[in-house]
Formats: sequence, structure tokens, C-alpha cells
Amino acid sequence: MDIAIIVGLDIISGIASLLLISAGLAVIFGMMKIINLAHGEFLMLGAYTTVLSVSAGVNIWLAMLVISPVVVGLFGVIVERCLIQFLYGRLVDTMLATWGLSLVIVGATTMIFGNTIVGVASPLGGFSVGQYQTSLYTPFLAVMAILLMVLIWAVMRFTRAGLIARAVMQNPEMAATLGVNPAKVYMATFGAGAAISGLAGGLLAPVAGIVPTMGAAYIAKAFITVVGGGTSILWGLISASGLFGFINQIAAFLTTPVFGEVILFISAVILIRLLPLGISGKFFKGRL
Amino acid sequence: MPKIHGMTIALIGSAIAAVGVMIAPLFVDLFQIMQLTVFAAMAILALSLGFIWGYGGILCFGQTSFFGLGAYAYAVAAINFGDSTPAIVLAIIVPVIFAALLGYFIIYGGVSDVYLGVITLTVSLILLNLVNSTAGDVYKIGTARLGGFNGIPGVPTINMPGDSSYILSPEQAWILTGLALIAVYLGLRVLIASTFGRVIIAIRENETRAALLGYDPRIYKLLTFMIGGAVAGFAGALYVNWGAFVSPTIFALGLSAQIIIWVIIGGRGTLVGPIIGCLLVQWMVTEIGSQQTLDASFILGAVLIGFVLLVPKGIAPTVRDFVAARLSRSNSDTVIEDVKQ
Repeated sequence: MDIAIIVGLDIISGIASLLLISAGLAVIFGMMKIINLAHGEFLMLGAYTTVLSVSAGVNIWLAMLVISPVVVGLFGVIVERCLIQFLYGRLVDTMLATWGLSLVIVGATTMIFGNTIVGVASPLGGFSVGQYQTSLYTPFLAVMAILLMVLIWAVMRFTRAGLIARAVMQNPEMAATLGVNPAKVYMATFGAGAAISGLAGGLLAPVAGIVPTMGAAYIAKAFITVVGGGTSILWGLISASGLFGFINQIAAFLTTPVFGEVILFISAVILIRLLPLGISGKFFKGRL
Repeated sequence: MPKIHGMTIALIGSAIAAVGVMIAPLFVDLFQIMQLTVFAAMAILALSLGFIWGYGGILCFGQTSFFGLGAYAYAVAAINFGDSTPAIVLAIIVPVIFAALLGYFIIYGGVSDVYLGVITLTVSLILLNLVNSTAGDVYKIGTARLGGFNGIPGVPTINMPGDSSYILSPEQAWILTGLALIAVYLGLRVLIASTFGRVIIAIRENETRAALLGYDPRIYKLLTFMIGGAVAGFAGALYVNWGAFVSPTIFALGLSAQIIIWVIIGGRGTLVGPIIGCLLVQWMVTEIGSQQTLDASFILGAVLIGFVLLVPKGIAPTVRDFVAARLSRSNSDTVIEDVKQ
């Protein structure tokens, strides 16, 4: 019984971490149809921001819930203005440019902070299930993932910005003829996606080894989740995270974490063969 | 006429390059020969991506998967057989089979460029994690221990076919690698000039139109992808042979990015371009490695962004277009020039 609870918690935490690390990428992909290859570095910048803020004496909650998203979000806007805006309509070149950006960020961070692991202590204690001990931070991450989904849904559903975003998602040309400036929407999207990645990076800071190259550890899963989910931001993300998180944790429990990842990947490739546009391309067409 | 012209230049250039490869050991020292050998092996890898991306229009971000699989297949087979000839054959077959499987799922799934790039990149990252986790005595194939993140040291280097006691010297290995580069270049050149090559270029230009003309784009793309895998695997075998060592970093993100940068800098849609791009970047990375202030990935990333923004076509096509424009202008403008003078 205890082990069932522990495995259940593992599955929940697997799904939650997939949701968190993929959300920023999914927002940018859903709106702009590009994959931001510097996504892992945005997570890394979020984590570094939290670590630096905490070591400067800032409260850890403030650091990861406010400072990280704001800093990385502003960085995203700057990147969009200085780089991405020149490449609209050239999807492949945009991806290549963000790859270049990812190398630049890794290189710059290595030059500034060195190639050493830093970290912050986990702010919550632990609790025990029977004979097993686990961290309270895991359920906290799950709650944060749910809150983030609710937030994205509420913004998209109830605000004017969300209305414009949905219009541009469905038909950019039509939205433009109705007076919406897609360039501005894309700028805001990139900023929002970066801010969400910054938040995820901040939240992962207490449970990750923080090095300039840490992004590489997350992007494989984030890419699979977003590609498997398709272009619908919310339902694509939730369905793919749910499916892949479940498969990954069960496979990891039965074999090893690495084989869990391999099995996750193989199931994703089979899914892509069956549903080339991702889960949401088939089942949640036109939904958020 | 231009086709024959181009092929003639390629043949003459290759002949000169082959002579250069043969006599190089007379003029440069052993260290530089070793350096040139790894540059040539990497240039073959550059050709593999230059072919599938520049001509087949397949955006593969994870060409290192095939390179690394070729390298590991060579290492494992060479240790087991004690002879390099079957190992090289396996270093080509294993990546081809892998490319066929992976290519079937993504090409026949009909996914777009964006998905294809991302999925192939993910494959290389998963392979990195997988091979990294093979430390320990459990993970061995035959007598070869995979060694996890420590890699496989002491891989037998290439010997004369049929005589495993005759190991090639570094100079001979250089000549083999250099000539292999020229042979792969010419082979791809002939392939592109053939009917198959014309069909894959037609598919790159307009997939629907090619399909309406009766060519199944999927099988042609899959074959292109597999040929790219074979060339990359072969390059992997030559690379292992250079250092007698292979480790999982061969699958890492840094190398995947570099291959893309070689092709971007050199130019898509040419074969000379990726070779030039590869040699330039390799030389640059070696130079950066000898100082401490600037990080190599910082420079590489900046170069990639700069080329995407400013020279999206790459060096070779830009130079070619420039020369062609000058030539055609000097022909048609002769009269005007005469008047001016």
C-alpha cells in the first residue's frame, strides 16, 4: 500500500515537472509555431536568478515566484526585439537563431559564473508514508503546476489579451485585418513564454544541480511533450504531460530512470507516427 | 553545359586534393597530420548533413546520432573481431538500420520541418543519456565493455584488410581519411547528378508537385536520410580510429550544434560549402581552445546567429552567386563598358 502511494506521488510529480518545464515552450509554440531551442537556457537563467537572489538575502519564495519570471520575461522581450523579430516567416531560421542564442547564453554564463554547480536548499521539509520518506516540495510542485495551468486558462479565457492571443492563434491574417498588430502579440508571447520558463527554472532550482549546461537535461523531455501535444497550448500540454509523465514514471519504476526516458521517447515517436499533428491536432482541434 | 562544367571542376579539384593528401606527410609534422586527420573525418560528417539538408531538404538536428552510433559500432566490433574491416562495415550498417527505423516513423508520419528537427535532436540527447548510463560490467557487447561516461578506450585502429597484424601508421591513416573524404564527396556528387539526385531535389523544391509527377516523396526522403546516416556512421568510424577512443560526449548537444553551424556557414545546397565550413570552424575552435578568456560555445553561437541574420545562404552559394553575377554582367555589359571607355 505504501509503495503504491509513493509510486502515485512519483507519477504526479513526473506529470507536474513535465507541465512546468514544457509550459513556456508550449506557449511560444502554440502561438508562433516555432520551437525555441534556447528554452533550456531560459530555465537555466530562471534557476540562476533564484540562486543569486537567495544568496543576496532575498526571501526564496519571492525569488522564485516573482523575481525569476520577471527577469527572464524581460530577457525574452529583449531577445524578441533584438533577434526573433527579424526572422518572422522563416521558421527554420528562427529555430537556428534560437539555437545560436542557446550557445551564446551557455557560453556567457560559463564565462561569468564558471562551470561549477551551485544550488539553494529546499524550503520545505519532508513527510513520511509508512516506512518511506519523501519531500513536501514534490506535492508543492504539483500544486504550482496546477495553478500555472489555471492561470494560463484564465488569462486566455477571460482577459482581452487572451482574446487577442486566441484570435492570432486561430488566424493571424484575419486578426491583423481587424486591427491587431501580430508583431506586438508575438513580442508579448515570447516574453510570456520566457517568463513561464523563468518561473519553472526558479521552482526547479531547489531540486536541480544548477550549472550553465543544465538546460540540456530538460529540453529533450520538454520537446517531446510539446511536439506530442501539438499546437493547442493548454489541452495539448496537459494531455501530453499526463500521458508521457505516466509512461515515464511507470517505466522508470519498472526499469531505471534512463530506460524510462528511452521508453517515453519510443512511445512519443509511435504517437507522432499515428498523430503527426500531436494529440491536440486530433482530439482538441481549435481548443485552447 | 553548366552541369558538365561543374562536374569537370569537381573532378579536377578532387584530383589536385588527392595529390595534396598523398604528399602532405612530406611537408607537415606528425601533430599537424593528426589534426588534419580529425578535420577530414569531421568534414565527412559535414558532407552527410550537407547532403540530406542541402539537397534532400531534411532538417536533421541530430546527425550526431548516426555519427556516434557508427563510432560505437566500430569500437565494439573492432574489439570483438580484432580486425577493422568488418568493423567499418558495421559502422555503416548499424546507423543505416537506425536511420531506416527512425526515418520510417517521422517521414512516413508526414511531420513538418520543425517537428523533424526537434525529434532528431531529441534522439541524440536520449542516446547520450542511454550510453552515459551503461557504466559497469553488466553492459557489454561480446568482449567490449561500453563503459558508460568513461567511454571505450584502446579501440583497435584500422589495419590492412585481411591482415590484422598490419596496423596503419598515422600517416597512412591520414591518407586513408583524406582520400575517403574525397571519395565521399565525389560519390555524393555523382549521386546528385543521377536521376535519384534530381528527384530528391525536385522533392525539396516542391513535394506536392513531385508527388503529382508520380514520385513517392516519402521513400525518396527515407533513402536520402539513410544515405546520410551511412555517411555519418562511416565518419564516426574514422573519428574513433583517429583517437582510438570513443565516449558518450560524441552524442552531446555541442557537436550537434557544430554540424549545423558547419553547413550554415558553408552553405546549403552545395557539397564544397559544408567541407569549407567544417574546416573553418574546426580551426577556429582549436584556436579558441588555446586561450582562456572567451568560451568556445559563446563564439560559435554568435557566429551562428550572425550567419542566420546576415548571410543566410552561407559562404559557398554567396561567393558562387557573386562570381556568376560578375561573369554575366561582364558578358552583357561589354557594350556599355565600351561606350563608357
